[in-house]
Formats: sequence, structure tokens, C-alpha cells
Amino acid sequence: MTRALASIGAAVLSSLAALGRFVLFALGTVSHLFRPPFYPKELGQSLLQIGYFSLPVVGLTAIFTGGALALQIYAGGARFNAEAVVPQIVAIGMVRELGPVLVGLMIAARVTSSVAAEIATMKVTEQIDALVTLSTHPMKYLTLPRVLAATMVMPVLVGIGDIIGVMGGYLVGTQRLGFNGAAYLQNTIDFLEPLDVYSSLVKGAVFGFIAALMGCYYGMNSGRGAMGVGRATKNSVVMAAILILASNFLLTEAFFSA
Amino acid sequence: MITLSNVHKAFGANKVLRGIDLTVPKGTSTVVIGGSGTGKSILIKCILGLVEPDSGVITVDGVDVTTQPRDAFLARFGMLFQGGALFDSLPVWQNVAFRLLRGSLKRPKAEAKEIAIEKLRRVGLAPDVADRFPAELSGGMQKRVSLARAIAAEPEIIFFDEPTTGLDPIMSGVINDLIREIVAEIGATTITITHDMTSVRAIADQVAMLHAGKIRWAGPIGDLDTTDDAYVRQFVSGSPEGPIETLR
Repeated sequence: MTRALASIGAAVLSSLAALGRFVLFALGTVSHLFRPPFYPKELGQSLLQIGYFSLPVVGLTAIFTGGALALQIYAGGARFNAEAVVPQIVAIGMVRELGPVLVGLMIAARVTSSVAAEIATMKVTEQIDALVTLSTHPMKYLTLPRVLAATMVMPVLVGIGDIIGVMGGYLVGTQRLGFNGAAYLQNTIDFLEPLDVYSSLVKGAVFGFIAALMGCYYGMNSGRGAMGVGRATKNSVVMAAILILASNFLLTEAFFSA
Repeated sequence: MITLSNVHKAFGANKVLRGIDLTVPKGTSTVVIGGSGTGKSILIKCILGLVEPDSGVITVDGVDVTTQPRDAFLARFGMLFQGGALFDSLPVWQNVAFRLLRGSLKRPKAEAKEIAIEKLRRVGLAPDVADRFPAELSGGMQKRVSLARAIAAEPEIIFFDEPTTGLDPIMSGVINDLIREIVAEIGATTITITHDMTSVRAIADQVAMLHAGKIRWAGPIGDLDTTDDAYVRQFVSGSPEGPIETLR
């Protein structure tokens, strides 16, 4: 009995310590935002890598999701003669939930994994130590530009994802389901409220912060060798996905619970 | 001058350093020898602050390293890492001139590139190497680039971690000669970590042997072959017979 309680206590303490390390890492990253030196070139490269080069995957994810959503709503709505709500539900579904969440998860898959693998490899090959000996703070040089870039660019990606997702619904609605194009767009515009769009963009920023931060955190704290890099990469993506979904629930609660 | 007094470092139950006392006089080349896994690299990482010692005092020119402003302190050091530790995403010249492109030693880009090319020439690499990426270079070339990076800002103190590991004997000889020449040129204080006895004889003014977490023996290079210390004799001769356990 005592042994069981001790092992539970050890697990709790270990989890709290890990949480504490993560929180300190996050606060440390944010604190570098206000302390020079800054590395604008690294920020620019991260904006390009995380933002521009993610556009294809964001676009493809959004258009197929929007199309599938239109088909599902049409089929489901037909059960109680509500097929006409396709434009409204596609718009609200894409903008409020599916757009930010799916873009967030795709960024977790694409960016979190690559950031974690890159930084973990740098750690294993002593490049992080080399940075320190060259009087360069690794958090300032590696973490901050990536986290800042992801936080800045994700609302843009989510906005683009939302538009492409709605257009996916529009294409399916007009080409397969017989909706009038102008009416479809008018219904979409009329139904969406500013809060829907704001919440989507705020979610994007939060998910970007989480995705990049998890990649950097697990990369910086990776174990040795190829196994360490692999584990860091896997854990970063899993944790980023879980945190994105959990924070999505909290944000939805905060924006729309009233 | 670098001094370490009673420096301890453990990783969990593994006590790596168990009371290191070592003095490295200014302008000399000290080589630390010892078997694999005896904590040689941890020793220099403790001096640089990459690893925090559990206890003990480390001073540089009489000042405790923990009390010095970090950037100014590190600006005095150059380091050649065992695997080169070159930044894959940067071309060779930006690796060499890394310190000259940012921070307190920042120079204009053209000047930094010029210095990088000059340092590359100093380590026997042609200017066209400057625009290549580290992955395009052989192991020996990467070591030379890393050496060029270590000396680029002409530091007062340079650490070399296994500078000849993984290189063929000829390239090892080239690296050893370069280290010796460059150190003499700059007048730097150096600590070299190695278990390559050819390097020891080529580079060292004084030698310290690390064993079981302590400095087992230290003395001038001339005394290395005449010492009575059985551990040093076994290590120098490379014999499996002796007090050093071969199964660790």
C-alpha cells in the first residue's frame, strides 16, 4: 500500500516538475521578446518556413474539409428538410472550429515535428553548446524567432484556411448539390458574425504559439542519439496536438459559452 | 590563468568529477588525457558554464567564472567541438564568422566574410570553401572549419575537444600542427581534451591525467614518459595490463 502511494506520489511530483519546467521555458521564451539582441533575419526565415511553405498543406486540408462538410450537412439536413442550411453551417463550422483546429493540427504535424527534430539534432551534435560558446543565447536565436513567427503567421494561415474551406463548401454546394452560387455566398456572408472571425484568428495565434513552443521545448530537452531525436519529435507532435485541442475547447468556452 | 578547485559534478548517481584541482597557466597549452567516459569533456563544459558544477570554484584570471557577465566572459573563449558542431543551415563562411556577424563583436558583413576567408586560408582551406555548406565537406575539412571558427575572433582561451578523433593519421598531424602554430601565433591559453598520444606530444606544454573523477597526475610534457605513476604509464603505453580497468 505504502509502495503504491509512493509510486503515485513520485509520478505526480515528476509531472508537476515537468509542468514547471515547461512553464519556465514558455515564460523564458516570452521574456526574450523584450530583451535585445534580436535576430530579425531568423524571424524572417521562420515566417517563410512556417507561413509561406505551409500554404499548400493548409489549402488542401481546408478545401477537402469544406467540401466534405457540405456533403455531410446536406445529407444530414435532408433527414429533416434542412438542406438549405449548408452555406451557413459550412461557414460557421469552418470559421469557428474546423478551420483553426485543422490548420493547427496540420501545423503541429508539419512545423512542430520539423522544429523539434531540427533543434534536437542540433542538441545531439553539440550545435546548441556551440551557440552558447559563441555568445548567442539559444532561446533567443532558435526558440523566440520560431515561436514569434508561428504566433504571427498562424492567424493569417487560419484566415486563408477559413476562406478556402468555405470555398470548398461553395464548390461542392454549387457543382454537386445544386445551390445557386450568388445565394450561397450571400448566405455565408450574412450568417457569419465578426466574433466568429475574431475567435478563429485568436485561436490561430494561440495554436501557433503552442505548436512552435512544443517543438522548441522538446527539441531543447531531447535525449541523446537518434532515439532521443525520434522521441522528442514524437512527443512534441502528440503534446502539441493535445494542447491545441484542449485550448480549443477552453477558447470556444470563453468566446461562445454565454 | 584558469584554476579549478575541488570541482564536483554528478549526473544522478554517476559521480563524474570528484574533486578536480587543476591550474592552467596563462599562455600555455595543457592537454587533459584519460579514458573514454572519465569526464574530460564535462571538465571543459564546467569551465564554460555549459554544465553547472555541483560544487567547487572555477576562476579565470583570479575571478570566479560564475560572477562574470556571461557575454563578456564567453567572448574570451573559442572552442573546437569533437564533432565540429558546425551549423548545418549556414554556409561555411557564416559559421566561421558567426561571432563577427552578431553581438558585441559585430562587424560589417563584407569585413566579417573577409576575416572568415582569411581564417579558412590559415587552416589550409581554399576561399571557394567559404560558400559551401558543412554537409558538403569531408570530416577533416569540417574539423578545419571548426578550428577556423574557434580562432576567428582571436580569443584569449581556446578549448579543443578531441581535435583529431575520426581523422586519418596524416590529417591528424595537419590538425595538430595547425593547433600548435595558431596557439603560438595568438598566444592563447589552451586546454585540449584527447586520448590520442600523438596529439599530446605535438600540442602539450603540460599534461594532466583524469582518472576516477580526479586529476591523477599533472606535469610537464617532458615528464610524461618518465613518471612512476602506474596509471599514466599504462595509459601512455596503451597496455590492457595495469591498474586502469579495461571494463568500465
